[in-house]
Amino acid sequence: MSKKKEAKKIVFNSEKEMPIVAMSIGSMLYNKTGAWRNIKPVIDLSKCIKCGICWKFCPDASIDIIDDWPQINYDYCKGCGICAEECPQKCIVMVEEEK
Amino acid sequence: MKKVIMGNHALSYGAMLSRAQVIAAYPITPQTQVVELLSEMCADGTLNAKFIKVESEHSAMAACLGASLAGARTFTATSAQGLALMHELLHWASGGRLPVVMGNINRAMAPGWSIWTDQNDSLSQRDTGWIQFYCASNQEVLDTVIQAFKVSEKLMIPSMIVLDAFALSHTYEVVDVPDQDKVDAYLPPFNPPFRLTPDDPHAFGGLTSPEHYMELRYKLQKDMEKVPALVEETGKEYEKMFGRYLGQVDEYLCDDAEFIFVTSGTAGYTARVVVDELREKGIKAGNLRIKLFRPFPFEKVRSILSKVPKVAVVDRNISYGHHGIFYQEVKSAMYGQPHQPVIFGFITGLGGRDITRDTFKEIADYALSKSQAEEEIVWIGVKK
Amino acid sequence: MIEIRFHGRGGQGTVVASKILADALAKEGNYVQAYPEFGVERRGAPVFAFIRIDNKPIYDKSRIYTPDHVVVVDPTLVEAIDVTEGLKDGGYIIINSDKKPEEFKFPSRYKVFTINATEIAVKHKLGTLAAPIVNTAIVGAVVKILNLTKLESLVEAIREGVPLKPEDNIKAAIEAYEKA
Ligand code: SF4
Ligand code: SF4
Repeated sequence: MSKKKEAKKIVFNSEKEMPIVAMSIGSMLYNKTGAWRNIKPVIDLSKCIKCGICWKFCPDASIDIIDDWPQINYDYCKGCGICAEECPQKCIVMVEEEK
Repeated sequence: MKKVIMGNHALSYGAMLSRAQVIAAYPITPQTQVVELLSEMCADGTLNAKFIKVESEHSAMAACLGASLAGARTFTATSAQGLALMHELLHWASGGRLPVVMGNINRAMAPGWSIWTDQNDSLSQRDTGWIQFYCASNQEVLDTVIQAFKVSEKLMIPSMIVLDAFALSHTYEVVDVPDQDKVDAYLPPFNPPFRLTPDDPHAFGGLTSPEHYMELRYKLQKDMEKVPALVEETGKEYEKMFGRYLGQVDEYLCDDAEFIFVTSGTAGYTARVVVDELREKGIKAGNLRIKLFRPFPFEKVRSILSKVPKVAVVDRNISYGHHGIFYQEVKSAMYGQPHQPVIFGFITGLGGRDITRDTFKEIADYALSKSQAEEEIVWIGVKK
Repeated sequence: MIEIRFHGRGGQGTVVASKILADALAKEGNYVQAYPEFGVERRGAPVFAFIRIDNKPIYDKSRIYTPDHVVVVDPTLVEAIDVTEGLKDGGYIIINSDKKPEEFKFPSRYKVFTINATEIAVKHKLGTLAAPIVNTAIVGAVVKILNLTKLESLVEAIREGVPLKPEDNIKAAIEAYEKA
């Protein structure tokens, strides 16, 4: 697993501070995309077989594997539902965000 | 070691001596032998490189970009329709700051279907952010591949080595193939400032908001502007090590000239012969062959043309609805200069029609007999 | 500067002939420029190859229209096309043929030479009886008649540049050189 980076806003005040090429530099960590979510995935770990498919498929790297078990990082999960669709055990369900 | 080789093989040897690590290419006449020889070299171990077979030029460039981003020295070659198919990815190469070096054999664009030379294929890619070198001999092709890797990798901008179909690609000339250890001393291994690696993961080429896009373009242009000085520096260094200077332009008898041909490619060598003939008749002629076309060598062109009354720009290309492309560029370089020569624009040699000594004599006759061009474009050799 | 045009048929190794000659010339420090006809080569069709030779760098990159000499690799071409097109006065016409030079009706401003390269090629088992590979024999004769290089340079060029049966090709070139 990649090392955790600190979430800080990166502001360029001049072109000199910028890389020469468009590349990710960690600024997305500051952008808490969890706020975009209107439905959220919830895992029923009792059915989970620890296959890691959800981790692999999450387009926003919002699922961590902690001690072999998947765990959703709701700071960044934007609620797309891909993990629920791909889980072979169907143990992830999408539930309404409470208003 | 002196070898008699064709221009296409001069590209292959250039890539081999530069120790290209990844080659991805799709064959197209008249480029085929470049890739044939490189694939043989990869197969028999002469060149320790990964040769990636692809199903199109678009994929060839895509493979090159991935390899280059991973930190490999990368080479490819194409021509005409193949180059056009790569167009989208040429922007990815320069915008992604990936120093791929590519040979392009100048071949006229279809239709009518042609395999013969003119420059519209490479000049159509003028604004893609690639460095472009137009060569006139097989020796220059080989030497320039090596120099191009050095320039490209220093500034992280891709380079295109351009040579005429048949007149260079399939023409055998005596070429001094430098020793590998000397080339190694000239061209150190590629060590990019960023790369795609699991050790330090990054995504590249992602969404770039209006807040940042313009700065990236500004930086590309600023680095492009460094190319002429770097070509001079690396060209002189090359001369010190290999005895051949590789410059932005090749000026021939321009110092005291009263009339200068501005040329490119192989026609730029034939022009020298006519300069000699004109000089024998007492006409102080000169030839300015533009080798570096992008970035345009403004300073060189200005300093050489600011002393001459008359200039004839000879284009083997056309921007439809405008002029010959070198003609536009030379005129724009001279705009606002204290001394403005009379500049004539000639178009000739499209679709592989030969540019001969007589072509240049006709051009000289026209330009020398008139105080101004009577037409915006003077066509030479059109059957009217 | 010397400019030579080779006439052959696609598949006969005419371009290879000009390349071998270029290699031999380069060994003696000459500048050379050798090129095939610009375009597509088709087996059996008349083809050309060209070579420019000089003792200083060759800047003229246009094609050759007025050769100093011509070499006819396939004798049937003499009837089929005008092999003297653009040939300069005093030019040599070197033909692969079993005939004597005077049997060819060329204008007297040209000098005709013949060499039976086909017979030499067959003797040294180059190619097949129906399609002998005559290019090394022809070049052997050309080098001698035009006094272009030493025989040793040609031998070296063939040894390095001809992948199939180099030694037999060398023998053919030497025999043609001696007979020419
Ligand atoms: S809902 Fe989408 S974003 Fe959220 S964890 Fe599942 S796959 Fe990732
Ligand atoms: S895909 Fe389903 S079963 Fe597999 S690890 Fe994720 S939650 Fe568990």
